[in-house]
Amino acid sequence: MTDYLSVENLLIERDDRLLFKDLTFTLSAGEVIQLVGRNGSGKTSLIRTLLGLMPDFEGDLLWKGEPLHQERDDFFNHLLYLGHKPSIKSALTAKENLEWLVAPYTKVSDQAIEQALSEVGLRGYEDVECHSMSAGQNRRVALAQLYLLDLPVWILDEPFTAIDLAGVSQLEKRISEHAAQGGAIILTTHHVLDIDTVKRVNLDDFMPRGKHAS
Amino acid sequence: MSLSETSAPGWKARFKRWFHSWASPKWFYEKSARWLPWLSIPAVLLILSGLVWGLFFAPQDYQQGNSFRIFYLHVPAAFLSQSIFMMMAIAGAINLIWRIKLADMAAKHCAPIGASFAILALATGAIWGKPTWGAWWVWDARLTAMLILLFLYLGVIALYSAIDNRETAGRSTAILSLVGLVNIPIIKYSVDWWNTLHQPATFTLTEKPAMPFEMWFPALLVVLGFYLFFTWMLFKRMRAEVVEREFKAKWLQKELTQK
Amino acid sequence: MPADLGFSALLKRDLKLAFRQKSDIINPLMFFVMVITLFPLGISPDPNELAVIAPGVVWVAALLASMLSMENMFRSDFDDGSLERMLVSPLPGFLIALAKVITHFLVTGLPLVIISPILAYMLNMPSAGYGVMMLSLLLGLPTLSLVGAIGSALTVGLKRGALLLPLLVIPLFIPVLIFGTGALQGVIMEQPVSGQLSVLAALLLFSLASAPFACAASLKVSMGNG
Repeated sequence: MTDYLSVENLLIERDDRLLFKDLTFTLSAGEVIQLVGRNGSGKTSLIRTLLGLMPDFEGDLLWKGEPLHQERDDFFNHLLYLGHKPSIKSALTAKENLEWLVAPYTKVSDQAIEQALSEVGLRGYEDVECHSMSAGQNRRVALAQLYLLDLPVWILDEPFTAIDLAGVSQLEKRISEHAAQGGAIILTTHHVLDIDTVKRVNLDDFMPRGKHAS
Repeated sequence: MSLSETSAPGWKARFKRWFHSWASPKWFYEKSARWLPWLSIPAVLLILSGLVWGLFFAPQDYQQGNSFRIFYLHVPAAFLSQSIFMMMAIAGAINLIWRIKLADMAAKHCAPIGASFAILALATGAIWGKPTWGAWWVWDARLTAMLILLFLYLGVIALYSAIDNRETAGRSTAILSLVGLVNIPIIKYSVDWWNTLHQPATFTLTEKPAMPFEMWFPALLVVLGFYLFFTWMLFKRMRAEVVEREFKAKWLQKELTQK
Repeated sequence: MPADLGFSALLKRDLKLAFRQKSDIINPLMFFVMVITLFPLGISPDPNELAVIAPGVVWVAALLASMLSMENMFRSDFDDGSLERMLVSPLPGFLIALAKVITHFLVTGLPLVIISPILAYMLNMPSAGYGVMMLSLLLGLPTLSLVGAIGSALTVGLKRGALLLPLLVIPLFIPVLIFGTGALQGVIMEQPVSGQLSVLAALLLFSLASAPFACAASLKVSMGNG
């Protein structure tokens, strides 16, 4: 059972405000961790810290037992990150967007892209430029990556945004599938997840009560 | 400390603690209170003695006569402005590599002080230029390079004020200062070349005969005085910043109420 | 794992985007032409006077036109999350920067080089200068793209600070400007200019070796602000 990411006694302060402290959890193969907390509680800050985009923190971050900042390359080679914004270029077609998104990891055939797009309900949309698709459809193009790439760790920030009910249950199914196959997922969402094995980490639990500590 | 205590963990831990005490705003605030008068008084003495000597007692320049005396302000100011830029970039680099808050604060406050010295150098350059070349401004190599240095300073200051998050502002300006530092020799070389191309008969200091002791020593006094003044000013500003940043800290509240 | 970790894919994608949004190519060119037009209008249409200022005017206009499009080097990717995505992919930061610089030069710089003889002619520059003019621009404009990329990375996503990028990078452009115009003026006066061109080449190589790394570091720092 691989331990992928470990967070130990993490403290994050942002603009002189303490977001949380002593946060500790581990993401292992087969696990789905949902980060919850009220708005502004630091879910996004936590994710960005894990990704190395926010270097101001105290505590330890580990990747497979080694310090994360030394293992960045290995981490990035095993990570699929879908951010809050879909990273879709409106002037490109769905296929062109996906080709670019997966290029650092692997080469994919046209059939694979078509197959992935039909999994997210966009069969036949390969050559449609994304500016003529709705926000929900753009989001689904981004989600098609979950069917195209074979990376173990997923970090998903608000992946259910702009998705309809059918899409939601489809995505939940895909997440469960991935975990069952040994993948590991961290996600943030306000959504109530219909996945049995979900482990909830509530950032509000790690907020100091009362006055801000300095 | 016996030999057996010099095992690796022991001295390494002590070194780390010493190194990081430099990083502690609290330590800095407490110690710097005592340093300030040791900086300000010698600074005033050195600057005054250097200037008085240079302005009134040093020999006249063989070519320029008395108008040369502005040299005693111009050259130290120019020297400091360049020196401070280098210190600002190094402090920024220390912050980038080891994330030391004091280095970040030092770099931040170097910028306006350095820019002021650059402006002083330009102003005194103009005052020197009028009797020497007949114009308040000439595009001579050194003045032009000093003007570009001022632009680099202003860029750092502008970038800092455009960024909301303090840590990011410190790191971004650190990168900019380092890029600027690397470019300064290139800019100087280019401007020198450009200048000789268009003004082959430019007067430079190095073409004169060697300067006697009575002429360069007062300038040295002023330079040292300026360094002390800069350090004093820097520490004062850094102390104000520590107060602003750590305002809620208990140690600071105690310090301030004890006054 | 593809050998180039997505470098060529990024380059291809950005070039595709530029060609689908033709204004990215056309606008800097039109700016270049218009700025040059200002000089005869503002100074004098006299051919002899124009010939004297022509080298400087062409170079300054090219510098400004190149700088105009630098603001957007990373902006669009920052806005839609692509930049964030790139920075957590296996593609190293300096290759991201390099791909962006190459695109910027091909889309903005190269067209300027190509139409520069027409504008030089309109400014009555002696035709002896055209070859060196194009060569100096060819060596100098990529350097500007490289250095400008650092400034662009430092200012990406900043809401405050009008004209901040030009303020940061113009001082850094001055050496290229001096040697670019120096080469051009030299060849017009029938003097050897291999020295100036060598300096331009050296500046280009130095920037090529260092700017992508500084740019990558700047991108990571700027992302911490989000």
